[in-house]
Amino acid sequence: MTSPDFTFVIDGRAIPGKPGQTIMEAADAAGIYIPRLCDHEGLRHQGGCRVCTVKAAGRSVSACTQPAAPDLVVESETPHINKLRRDLVEMLFHEGNHLCPICEASGNCELQAMAYRLDMTAPTKMPYLEPCRELDVSHPDIALDTNRCISCGRCIRASQDVDHKGVFGYVGRGIHRRVAVNGSDLAHTDAAVTDHAISAEVCPVGCILRKRVGFATPIGEREFDHGPIGHEIEGGSSD
Amino acid sequence: MAEPRLIEISPVTRVEGHGKVTIHLDANNQVDEARLHIVEFRGFERFIRGRLLWEVPVIVQRLCGICPVSHHLAAAKAMDVICGVDDLPPTAEKMRRLMHYGQVMQSHVLHFFHLAAPDLLFGFGAPAEKRNIFEVIKENPELGRRAIAMRKFGQDIIEATAGKKIHGTGAIPGGINRNLPVPARDAFLAVIDEMCLWAQDALALARRYTQEHDHLVAEFASFPSNHMSLVRDSDGALDLYHGKLRALNAVGGTIFEKLDYARYHEVLVEDVRPWSYMKFPFIKELGPEKGWYRVGPLARMNTVSFIDTPLANAALAELKQETSGAPNNSTLVNHWARMIEVLHCVEKIRELLHDPDLQGTDLRATGQRREEGTGVIEAPRGNLIHHYKVDENDTVTYCNLIVSTTHNNEGMNRAVKDVAVKHLSGQERITEGMLNHVEVAIRAYDPCLSCATHALGQMPLQIELFDADGGLLDSRQRSA
Repeated sequence: MTSPDFTFVIDGRAIPGKPGQTIMEAADAAGIYIPRLCDHEGLRHQGGCRVCTVKAAGRSVSACTQPAAPDLVVESETPHINKLRRDLVEMLFHEGNHLCPICEASGNCELQAMAYRLDMTAPTKMPYLEPCRELDVSHPDIALDTNRCISCGRCIRASQDVDHKGVFGYVGRGIHRRVAVNGSDLAHTDAAVTDHAISAEVCPVGCILRKRVGFATPIGEREFDHGPIGHEIEGGSSD
Repeated sequence: MAEPRLIEISPVTRVEGHGKVTIHLDANNQVDEARLHIVEFRGFERFIRGRLLWEVPVIVQRLCGICPVSHHLAAAKAMDVICGVDDLPPTAEKMRRLMHYGQVMQSHVLHFFHLAAPDLLFGFGAPAEKRNIFEVIKENPELGRRAIAMRKFGQDIIEATAGKKIHGTGAIPGGINRNLPVPARDAFLAVIDEMCLWAQDALALARRYTQEHDHLVAEFASFPSNHMSLVRDSDGALDLYHGKLRALNAVGGTIFEKLDYARYHEVLVEDVRPWSYMKFPFIKELGPEKGWYRVGPLARMNTVSFIDTPLANAALAELKQETSGAPNNSTLVNHWARMIEVLHCVEKIRELLHDPDLQGTDLRATGQRREEGTGVIEAPRGNLIHHYKVDENDTVTYCNLIVSTTHNNEGMNRAVKDVAVKHLSGQERITEGMLNHVEVAIRAYDPCLSCATHALGQMPLQIELFDADGGLLDSRQRSA
């Protein structure tokens, strides 16, 4: 067994780090969960959602892109940072139509699970934008409800880097930026139900749906029925 | 001579949803008109359009927090048809039935003990502060304890079959998403005999009330009507989950029989009135004046040939004796009928718990897609119709819901008028207790007003402007 190349500190705890590792990768390996939405195992880091924001050496950075460094002091689970994270998640709820009670992703949804983890029990501040985007149901096996999209870009990276297709991409700028398909609708792309980008694990919410399988998993057996988001990382700690 | 008066009961209390009653008294204090108005609008028929077919059973159950299982199952049955599944795997059908019996039981118990019992135990004219479940518990703690425990039992059955006590996800197009594990089954079996005894006691209480107040029951909102429900296809037995439609007239004559419920629109028409968000269905061949009908527990007792569980069937025979086998048209007898159904549900739950099919693993069937499907179920409050059309991309293009309370709309309005005329006409001073008589008549139907207001399209609206003397100054009307 080789010795760690260096150590750094997260929330007062010294953890091992390797050259080239991000703060999040080192934290995951040490069993420390840093909340995230756009980052996903096997996809390149993006640093877009900012839910993984931490303070490293006094600066706010995204833990999924910031390299770990020797003796770096990182703050993650502080009331101030968690408040920022909760505000970000709250804005996502207000920006889309996230009706958990009727959504087939409920219980498997990372946005919902993150809201629970961050104790976002009720909307408080912003107005709901209430988008009215038509569902794209053109594909025989896949449906898109972009009213639920949080623009995490995981499907874009999965399609480009894993499937080598480019079915999804961003369009628009600023508040109008949206994930769109590379065609008039999904049926006019080369999307397939076997694509990694289409798999349930890539879309963190109920936007990309495999048709006719919704609600087949009973309540009690859904992903976050077994524990809060991040419990697998926290439960996997060797400390 | 007194001035004409308008009395409003708003909101009607101890019912689900929001409604109000208006009573017009003329200058001689005689009731001129009395109506039950539904003042809320839900609109599910419209906004379910464009949603995906497998979402429908989960979305539409949000119609109601009291009987969501009814909407969940009626929609699932319609989607079974659309998915080409005519016969569910035995485990799926029996799990759905178990869910349904649990729900009917808890809903009826809620109504009888929590909503109706204060009127029945303390009297319709008792002080308002006395007429609530807390006073029932204070006066009869054991009755209150049983009411809570029986409701909990029904809710626990729902949770075991749907994942949650309210708004679960058990039924999916073509089947169910879970079976019943042995430990859960055994936990229910451990208390089912006690539930059966308590259900018999509750039934005795309702029967005794009806028989001891026979004069009141005979005159209170008692009027002839048609009755409609599902009955079991093979033998006409009570079947709350599936069957064919049967409608009888007020003296027991057959209007239609063994009607495939997918053809409901051939025999039923939904009328609209300008003063209510709730439609008025009637039997087409009889017309709106003679074709209105009632549904619900008493209507079911009137339409079914028998009940296939022994204790409930004996209770049915006793009820039928009251009218020598003819349909019973007394509104208040609904309470007795409701408790017969609670006993029936407990008996059916016991029967199912002993069935090893509940532990089966074949949960879902598939078939050849169809464009249209209708699902009908006997909900606690009566017959419930869900009708959908779905396009080739799996999205809903059409939805029509006829909810139990909607079926009973005309019946409830007649009950309101009947009681208002009998108890308010000629009264110089109208007391709160007198007005509660009107509410008692509505409550006997256990209406769920929030379930019942989904009319599609532009509702007709009439606005009338009166001067200080009651003269009509102007009128504007928007047609449907």
